[in-house]
Amino acid sequence: MTAAAGTARAVWRRPPLIRNPRLRWAIYGGSLVYLVLAFASVDVNWTRVYEGLDRGLRFVEGFLVPDFVSRWGDIAQGMQESLTMTVTATVVGIMVSVPIGIGAARNIAPLPIYLACRGIIALSRSFQEIIIAILFVAMFGFGPFAGFLTLSFATIGFLAKLLAEDIEDIDEAQAEAIRSTGAGWWQVVNYGIQPQVMPRLIGLSLYRLDINFRESSVIGIVGAGGIGATLNTAMDRYEYDSAAAILILIIVIVMLAEYGSSIIRQRVQ
Amino acid sequence: MLRLQNLTKTYRTGDRALNGVSLTVEPGQVVGLIGPSGAGKSTLIRCINRLVEPSSGQVTLGDTALTGLGHGSLRRARRRIGMIFQEYALVERLTVMENVLSGRLGYVGFWRSFFRKFPPDAVSKAYALLDRVGLSDHVDKRADALSGGQRQRVGIARALAQDPDLLLVDEPTASLDPKTSRQIMRLIVEICDERGLPAIINIHDVALAQSFVRRIIGLKSGEVVFDGAPNELTDAVLTRIYGEEDWSATIRPVDEESDDQVDDPDAEAEHHGPAEVLDRERMAGLS
Repeated sequence: MTAAAGTARAVWRRPPLIRNPRLRWAIYGGSLVYLVLAFASVDVNWTRVYEGLDRGLRFVEGFLVPDFVSRWGDIAQGMQESLTMTVTATVVGIMVSVPIGIGAARNIAPLPIYLACRGIIALSRSFQEIIIAILFVAMFGFGPFAGFLTLSFATIGFLAKLLAEDIEDIDEAQAEAIRSTGAGWWQVVNYGIQPQVMPRLIGLSLYRLDINFRESSVIGIVGAGGIGATLNTAMDRYEYDSAAAILILIIVIVMLAEYGSSIIRQRVQ
Repeated sequence: MLRLQNLTKTYRTGDRALNGVSLTVEPGQVVGLIGPSGAGKSTLIRCINRLVEPSSGQVTLGDTALTGLGHGSLRRARRRIGMIFQEYALVERLTVMENVLSGRLGYVGFWRSFFRKFPPDAVSKAYALLDRVGLSDHVDKRADALSGGQRQRVGIARALAQDPDLLLVDEPTASLDPKTSRQIMRLIVEICDERGLPAIINIHDVALAQSFVRRIIGLKSGEVVFDGAPNELTDAVLTRIYGEEDWSATIRPVDEESDDQVDDPDAEAEHHGPAEVLDRERMAGLS
């Protein structure tokens, strides 16, 4: 073809994303102007920042000498509450999420059930854990029960949604083959779908266990029990050394959970 | 005996996949169904066990009118119809034995199947079938650990575990090499002969179809345009089914009985790419 055209063309440019050059430069320029103005509008009180440095320094100093001893009783109790809350909430959350996740998968659930399950998921996902925790603390009082409910509820939105999406992504041929043998609906789920989604469900559950532990330390701050409540108390008393001890424990436990779950996830592939 | 009367399928997208197909398969007869991609081959066999719901027309197997069956009776009818799939459609993470036993799902209750407690005669039959297809050594392997030919053998064993009265076979060799393709086709046809089992085999490889089945049906744009013996497939007939092309390399010489003739790689590579069409059909038939 090039030979026939007579000239060998050696220049090629990728076609730009926005073809119209005026529109293209208007969008680039406009974005830049907006960013400059937006950064300029962020109000920084430099004197306050300077004063805060001092507090920040004390915080860091506290970290350098974490105090596990003087509040050990509180810390141990908080940790125990948090771990209990995490495990129970994750187990209950999984048990509730699995049927909801199956119901929210469009390829296997009838439309009314699909809509109902998607509704529950949307409700659970639209509220951040802290907001739910505040509500449950108001309803059931301070303590780990409110935290347990909060984490269970949040787990549903997370797990059911991802499970439903995984079910929608399965290899249909496998489920079709099971259906063609005359298998019932539950048998198709058990034979044609479950083996395909199980590794991911296990991985997500372990991941959610991680998240729930971290969240349990946050929702404690609004009164839902656990290590978060202990941490909050320590901060209020300016006991940064104890707070540091708590944070270090949280980091260690999260890392252990992370490490453990990655090993298990590799095994179940 | 399987009888299709005036079977029509129009997908919701408006694509008419089948247009008044009528045909009869006699007891024990193995039929090869050929035709270009998108001719409606997959739709046709899926309309028989109603994995795809036909728009109109009748399907009768023995005395049962399959079209018009309710949910429960359709399930019971599907037990009698074994299906073998393109790309095997095994449950990859289950063992070979579980895949074969899944052919019995229509016969056992949910909890028995959930705990994998199949009746002893089903298990011994599954062992016998695995022996018949040559996989006795792979019983507890996961399906995804097997080679393509082995997987299709599991697929055959699963279909036979149903004790079917009819076998529907959808492109059994589409992802296999020429040698394995021939072994699999031979196994399917042999088993059908052993059991007097009628079968419809969708196959895009004309030469392979010619050497293994005694009746060939040509489908084009959802209509039957040829129905006859393999040696009646002439240049003119293939052009009617597939369109204009040089067919000299594809047609098996009538007087040639040797199998090796068809191992010509050109003939094997003749038609390809039915996978995406099948996907489209399957997705369209899902809900």
